[in-house]
Amino acid sequence: MKKEYSVVGTRIAGLDEKDKVLGNVIFADDFTLPGMLHGKVFRSTKASARIKRLDVSKAQELPGVVCVLSAEDVPNNESVKNVVGQTTEVGLLEAKHQVLARGRVRYWGEAIALVAAESLDIARDALKLIEVEYEELPAVFDPFEAMKPDAPKIHGNNNVIASWKLRKGDVEKGFAQADVVVENTYRTPRQEHAHIEPESGVAWVDDMGVINVRYAAQVIEHYRDIATVLGVPESRVRVIGTLIGGGFGGKEDVTVEVFLALMARKTGRPVKLTFTREEMGYARHKRHPYVLKYKTGATKEGKLVALEAQIVSDAGAYVYLSPWVLIYSTVHSTGPYLIPNVKVDANSVLTNNIMTSAFRGFGGMQVVAAYEAQMDDLAEKLGMDPLELRRKNFLKKGDVTASYQEITSEVWLEKCAQAALDALGQKSKGGKIKKVGRGLACAWQSYGRMTYLHDTSNCWVNLEMDGSAVVRTGIPDLGGGQRESVRAIAAEVLGLNIEEIHVISTDSQVTPLSGTVTATRALYMSGNATKLAAENVKKVITGKASEILSVAPEKLDLKDHTVYVVDDPKKRIPLVDAIKQCYFEGKIPQSLATFRAPFTEPISSDVIKDPVFPDFTFGAQAAEVEVDIETGEVKVLKWATAYDIGQAINVNRVEGQMEGGVAQGLGFGLMEDYLEVDGVPWTWNFHDYIIPTSKDVPDIKSIVLESGSGKGPFGAKGIGEPAISAAGPAAANAVKDAIGVRVTHLPVTAERIFFALR
Amino acid sequence: MKTAITLNVNGKEYPLEVKANEILLNVLRDRLGLMGTKYGCGIGECGDCTVLLDGKAILSCQSLAFTADGKKITTIEGLEHNGSLHPLQQAFIDEGAVQCGYCTPGMILSAKALLDTKPDPSDQEIKQAIRGNFCRCTGYTNIIRAIKTASEKIKDQGRKQT
Repeated sequence: MKKEYSVVGTRIAGLDEKDKVLGNVIFADDFTLPGMLHGKVFRSTKASARIKRLDVSKAQELPGVVCVLSAEDVPNNESVKNVVGQTTEVGLLEAKHQVLARGRVRYWGEAIALVAAESLDIARDALKLIEVEYEELPAVFDPFEAMKPDAPKIHGNNNVIASWKLRKGDVEKGFAQADVVVENTYRTPRQEHAHIEPESGVAWVDDMGVINVRYAAQVIEHYRDIATVLGVPESRVRVIGTLIGGGFGGKEDVTVEVFLALMARKTGRPVKLTFTREEMGYARHKRHPYVLKYKTGATKEGKLVALEAQIVSDAGAYVYLSPWVLIYSTVHSTGPYLIPNVKVDANSVLTNNIMTSAFRGFGGMQVVAAYEAQMDDLAEKLGMDPLELRRKNFLKKGDVTASYQEITSEVWLEKCAQAALDALGQKSKGGKIKKVGRGLACAWQSYGRMTYLHDTSNCWVNLEMDGSAVVRTGIPDLGGGQRESVRAIAAEVLGLNIEEIHVISTDSQVTPLSGTVTATRALYMSGNATKLAAENVKKVITGKASEILSVAPEKLDLKDHTVYVVDDPKKRIPLVDAIKQCYFEGKIPQSLATFRAPFTEPISSDVIKDPVFPDFTFGAQAAEVEVDIETGEVKVLKWATAYDIGQAINVNRVEGQMEGGVAQGLGFGLMEDYLEVDGVPWTWNFHDYIIPTSKDVPDIKSIVLESGSGKGPFGAKGIGEPAISAAGPAAANAVKDAIGVRVTHLPVTAERIFFALR
Repeated sequence: MKTAITLNVNGKEYPLEVKANEILLNVLRDRLGLMGTKYGCGIGECGDCTVLLDGKAILSCQSLAFTADGKKITTIEGLEHNGSLHPLQQAFIDEGAVQCGYCTPGMILSAKALLDTKPDPSDQEIKQAIRGNFCRCTGYTNIIRAIKTASEKIKDQGRKQT
């Protein structure tokens, strides 16, 4: 029997939504301060060059310009650290980030100087007065070229910045047992996040000398990076996060915050900086383009026996989170299948392309395009139903993965896949020219950060005298309803309505730190921390009420603003009476709680041999498409998406994540690619970087399944990233089903289909 | 060169002096403080900056402010009536059509322009009307449902009034 809750698991139309439909939310760019300056960034127009001369004097002299900053004005210009995720000897540590380019640029769009001026127009004009002379240097744009010994080096001596491997069984023996083998090379696009809100913020120095930065931040802990760059104590920097207009990983790495702090500190005045849409394109990281060479073998009974894969990701010109993204790819590369013999080699390589880093799916996504295409092509060779083949190989609870991690939660892949296929209903009729096809893709995706990062999340809950409650937690809200989720959890535990819970979130000097909103960790981590804190508060109340009612505290519960005896609900006292008595006796009903994810030791070799993730979410998507075989045009007719999310906290937001994942994943599979030619961006804005509109996305059927087996609050799993990963591959498989030819290069565009058919 | 114009925004008149190249979006945000209208791309592709000009949905990032002289502009701030939400606003909340909320003002205004001329639109007509309003969070399904729900609510209200 599924447990019934009063708030959790319902459809919650949250308080934030009301402010959003009224236009009342003060997003990052909506905030202004008196005397505020406007910042702009001067950027490189070369992909690889030495800066021979940089002259900002004319810009500085322009009336209305208050400051122009370049590398020598940055106290610790090389201090924004790259992620050190690898313990083995790869050229990682030599690839330093620089805040402003000093002497050398490595990609088109790299920041060189900052201008703060009285108006945006003046700041823009000042950019034109900055003089720079370049000496072009050898460059490399193809990761395979970049791996060659004589390739130009982006940093240090080695362009390969991370290498991870899976080794299980013996693939040679495995392939010897195989009756069918499928071998293919897949390519995936350099996808742009295209969150609708640009990166933006305002910084100022307050009357205590603290540098305040109010901006759209997925990670408020970046106050530490700001402090390091500026050479000030971390306690003197405050990040105030806003409600975010979409993030998807795009606002995870440092964007505007360090620039803002530098300009505010230099000028002593408030400064605003908002990226233009074009700048979001060429100045901020993208999803890694991958090349995935896959060879998969199965017996004629449909048992997978071996997988051998080589994976190469283009990391662009700076390391950012590439080594971590590659770990995700490596661990997830087998798909949610039990394969006895596995050999995977994955490399991430620097080039002079735009840097690549976090994007919803985080390396767990690109590999789906390969492993799910392989499954369909194997099924075709075996003359087997695609779901039947998958069913024979799905991981089960208790199985151990090729990265030697035991699956400890339910694996409802079969239920998800069947539900998604059923939801498509009757197959649409195709014609001679317009062929209809169906595709299925199943996927797994971790939630929670890698366990060797020793992740924690804090939350402080207290009851006020009038019976309302305040939740303080650092959790940013990207638009996924993260803030509403913790509100719902606190309401559930304390027996209150959501309107009675006030959530203060995302302020590094006010809210206990709860870590990033990335890695599908927010509900898992902050949800658990909120639940812990609320339960502690509840204990204070039931402890006091037990004295008043002369009943053991464990026999009491909170509901509808009362403390009542579970076995005798008429025996009750108003919640506020218990609260007032607590305050009177100096026992404040409050708690600061820390949730700690399972901790593991750092990965000790480049072969992944230990558990890396807390748990996984499993799901499936099914798509029906119509392909015009004369033009290659694809029309998506139907879509169904089914995930076991453990336990829904807010059904509206779960479905929202699932449907949004379909649309963004459909873009990845069929439409989107941020093009660069020799490092020069070609897709500058929404007129040439095409994302799905209301006319591209079909009516989506979302099926929410709840096994209750997750590690999050009330048995929840995460859904943010899992929601996207199977979408593109489902579309690609549907196209294959329609036209009978595999397009291995995503996005599967009309042009690629057209040529694949000829 | 500045021109004296009067902008009528949400029923209120604002006498202003504007330069010939001043963009309506910037005037609404920076000079009138109406921050509900958003910048998203600056080239008229994403629809974040949508406002109603004499009832028609237009892109304020592609409109010069002086061309709106004497015309009636409605922004998201003008939809609430006597403290109660417009049926579209309520339906967007109820149907889970709001996620990050950044595209929501423009989306609701495009939907309003549709419902004002076509009270009973089909799904295809709704998709057509909001095709220029990008949403990266929802997948559009709930937005389309919200617009349908609102259209029914408006019809019901109309029936009650007559």
